[in-house]
Amino acid sequence: MTTDPSFTNQTFKIIGTRVPRPDGLDKVTGRARYGADASAAGQLVGLILRSPHAHAQIKKIDISKAEKLPGVKAIITSDDLPDLVKGKRDMLDILENCMARGRALYDGHAVAAVAAIDAETARQALKLIKVEYKVLPHVTDVDEAMQDNAPVVQSWVRTTGNPESNKPTNVCQVSQFGHGDIEAGFAEADVIIERSYKTEQTHQGYIEPHACLASVGPDGQGELWVTTQGHYTFRTQCAQLLGMDIAKLKVTSSEIGGGFGGKTHVWMEPIALALSRKANRPVKLVLTREEVFRGTGPTCSTSIDVKIGAKRDGRITGALAVLRYQDGAFPGIWGMLGGMTAWACYDLPNVKAIAYDVLVNRPKVAAYRAPSAPMAAFAVESTMDLVAHQIGMDPVDFRLLNAAKEGTRASYGPTYGPIGIRATLEAVKNHPQMKAKLGPNQGRGMACGFWFNFGGQTCATINIGVDGTVNVSVGTVDVGGSRASLSLIAAEELGVSYESVKCTIADTASLGHNDTTEGSRGTFSSGMAIIFAARNAVNELRARAAKTWDIPVEEVEWKDGQACAIGMQHNNLEPLSLAKIAAKSPRTGGPIAGHNETVADGAGVSFASHICDVEVDPETGATKVLRYTVIQDAGKAIHPDYVEGQFQGAAAQGIGWALNEEYVYGKDGRLQNPGFLDYRIPVCSDLPFIDTKILEIPNPGHPYGIRGVGETSIVPPLAAIGNAVSNAVGVRMNHVPMSPPRILKAIKAQRAAG
Amino acid sequence: MKIAVTGLLRGAVGGAASIDIEAATIRELMNKLVERYPQTESHLDAGIAVAINGEIFRDNWGEPIPVGAEVVLMPRINGG
Amino acid sequence: MSGVHVTTTINGDAVEFVCQPGEVLLDVLRDRVGLTGAKEGCGTGDCGACSVTVDDRLVCACLVLGAEVEGRTVTTVEGMASGGKLHALQSKFIEHAALQCGICTPGFLVSAKALLDRNPDPSETQIRYALAGNLCRCTGYDKIVRAVQAAAKELAVDATKAAKKSAKKAVKKSA
Repeated sequence: MTTDPSFTNQTFKIIGTRVPRPDGLDKVTGRARYGADASAAGQLVGLILRSPHAHAQIKKIDISKAEKLPGVKAIITSDDLPDLVKGKRDMLDILENCMARGRALYDGHAVAAVAAIDAETARQALKLIKVEYKVLPHVTDVDEAMQDNAPVVQSWVRTTGNPESNKPTNVCQVSQFGHGDIEAGFAEADVIIERSYKTEQTHQGYIEPHACLASVGPDGQGELWVTTQGHYTFRTQCAQLLGMDIAKLKVTSSEIGGGFGGKTHVWMEPIALALSRKANRPVKLVLTREEVFRGTGPTCSTSIDVKIGAKRDGRITGALAVLRYQDGAFPGIWGMLGGMTAWACYDLPNVKAIAYDVLVNRPKVAAYRAPSAPMAAFAVESTMDLVAHQIGMDPVDFRLLNAAKEGTRASYGPTYGPIGIRATLEAVKNHPQMKAKLGPNQGRGMACGFWFNFGGQTCATINIGVDGTVNVSVGTVDVGGSRASLSLIAAEELGVSYESVKCTIADTASLGHNDTTEGSRGTFSSGMAIIFAARNAVNELRARAAKTWDIPVEEVEWKDGQACAIGMQHNNLEPLSLAKIAAKSPRTGGPIAGHNETVADGAGVSFASHICDVEVDPETGATKVLRYTVIQDAGKAIHPDYVEGQFQGAAAQGIGWALNEEYVYGKDGRLQNPGFLDYRIPVCSDLPFIDTKILEIPNPGHPYGIRGVGETSIVPPLAAIGNAVSNAVGVRMNHVPMSPPRILKAIKAQRAAG
Repeated sequence: MKIAVTGLLRGAVGGAASIDIEAATIRELMNKLVERYPQTESHLDAGIAVAINGEIFRDNWGEPIPVGAEVVLMPRINGG
Repeated sequence: MSGVHVTTTINGDAVEFVCQPGEVLLDVLRDRVGLTGAKEGCGTGDCGACSVTVDDRLVCACLVLGAEVEGRTVTTVEGMASGGKLHALQSKFIEHAALQCGICTPGFLVSAKALLDRNPDPSETQIRYALAGNLCRCTGYDKIVRAVQAAAKELAVDATKAAKKSAKKAVKKSA
């Protein structure tokens, strides 16, 4: 996809207007159907039996009593799930995570599943399954897991990277990023600050648990209704794991009740399909909230060391981060991602990030909105404030002095094109919140964040009805309202009204493969595909008009939703509207459509800067967020309401992560708080209105200049709040979440120290 | 053409921070990469992304590489 | 286990169903009556996605037994609109983009209506605390609170109009 700067200075007719979303009515009336809202005749209820041990060998699973219970139609263990993935390790890991293969690797790991005529029978059947475990030593802390004597989670794992090793270990890889000479950089610094940080594990916390309705026949054909961020990806994964033909498994995406990265690969869907296949009846499998916390993919807990050296004038001369991320019980690249993003906001001559990916007896980590970036940013941005303070420089000015710009070599490798970090920092500097007065025990903090945005395989089809109304079919799941933006784009390109466009998320039988909605790619990728599909449709519309007028198609242009004949000789020809051409279409060549199959790329990168005012109660350690502002570059905001919504929602998740959310593990390696009571996400009374400022620095890689927006604003809040708390009560917090007990402990320690 | 190499890929090219390969498209680059450095083949399965003048390409192997472009090999990563 | 026969009123309609003694109202509504608007987010009364009213009292349907609604009136999100006319809260939620994935929306609408029914002019703080039992993971609550404020305003205008109308009628009648 070539970048064309002329794309980015257009004026739009309806792009950027705040139209009502097409799925709004269904969602406010309860008509919209999510994963658990579908049913099929004769369906069975599926339930999963989970390990109560953090690490155990499974010696025997006795299903004989359970099988005999009247109403039980199928029972599955790993014996029913042969390895069909031909040595692909990542797929085998997904399969083993769906159901344990001889060993339970974390508290909550699925070991068996049943399908029965109702929930009560299924529950009784689970109780009748006898599993003989041999409990093994476990490890749940990332630093402990790196010690030589730590229990080994996966005996086949060897460290790749530097150092390479041939010993069993929990360190699956060590990766490095950066450039320049770190030692020389620190040698020329006037000021050096070195700190260590820890962040605890959090879950994406989507309100809708995983749910699906699976139906597979003995002929190998099947259907799956499922809540997912990528129904095509789920189709590929399920087909591969179960030995089915991809084309014969039709997957329909329900409306999704939140994903944030946690619904980007399968957790229990292959189990539902396997149960259905065995019972030859539809199986509805819905996870409980406890299962969601114990058995699906949270993000990592981490341990990070940061060292920054700077000259008195504020220029950073050396920057080093050593990051240790736990991936759960299966290898991942989360630490590496943290290493890539840690220094991305800055223009650094000498920079290094060393990242460790470590295994522990915890659930398999999944992506969580800008995965791995928030933790690294917490460590880096907290240290940036410390350096600024040491030098006596304003924290915003310090960041501006060192901020990346067009032409900067990013710490993760490539050189930046036009980017928005300086603009967000300038906007912070000039924002009224920076000048608002603060009272006792109140403090203000700011922080920056970076995230990649991605494109990916995308298909779109535009079909024009005989009345001139337009069907748009896309394959990227709508996680937050993108159908409104995509309808705006189609309407803009075709020159028709927004109300005449209907956008649908097509099932897997109706379109070619579409990559998962992740990496902030939904509107970017499908938007791009729709633009090209619409332009193809417009070419066809022009051809039909040309045919009707009997003139060459080169003499027909498309303007404001109409075909117009160009040239003085055609002055007598009235323009033909899309509706008129569509009405004639049965006799001018049949249905009019436009298709596009593309690999959208050139997604650009995204930066955000946040400002946060807090008040800390020195007697309880409780923190109240008083005021919060998000400033982020969106490239081009197709529908401003939904761009603002992404900024606010991401910030709220970051605030919860910063202040309260964490997985609490007991000494027995069991998760203590798998529920919304004790895993405390922000509620309405915790937060103020969240101010947003959308900057629009066009992305030259997209016809409308769009940048992805969904993820970046979860990155700054951890540090913004850490910096604000530090300024409020004078304690530097290095452990997230900064819950009341932790803040109180820090305040007391500081008082004791005098 | 200078190709910058980052992260774990460096191990597969003998530790070098950059290598020299002539290629007109990403596909040609990948083919020559595996040919010259067979250890990179396992990385290809895990995924290699290519940044051309700062733009990251994950799947579009038909993408042309302009003369004089900055080319960086990176791990193929996903969002959430 | 023998079932319990329940006669009740749901969204103004007479409804009868048979359920197990231990079955919660949420499962009855979703699986037996076919009203899937109320959602299960947690099953333990912590998220509010299953909010309904029983005899005008706001409850989590996952904490009420199906058998408990015998002889009572139940209202769910499906009962908020009057025919083709949406309740002010429903229109304002759409207008103010107060939903992204929408899974929490039915619960919020029921809770917000319960608030405005007893307190037609709530402050921002009162709104936030009244809705603190409904979790949303997508929006950060900003646009939800604005939508409730806008709905309260519109309902107040409607109420004033209606009061003026019936005052006029009363004057006419007495004349």
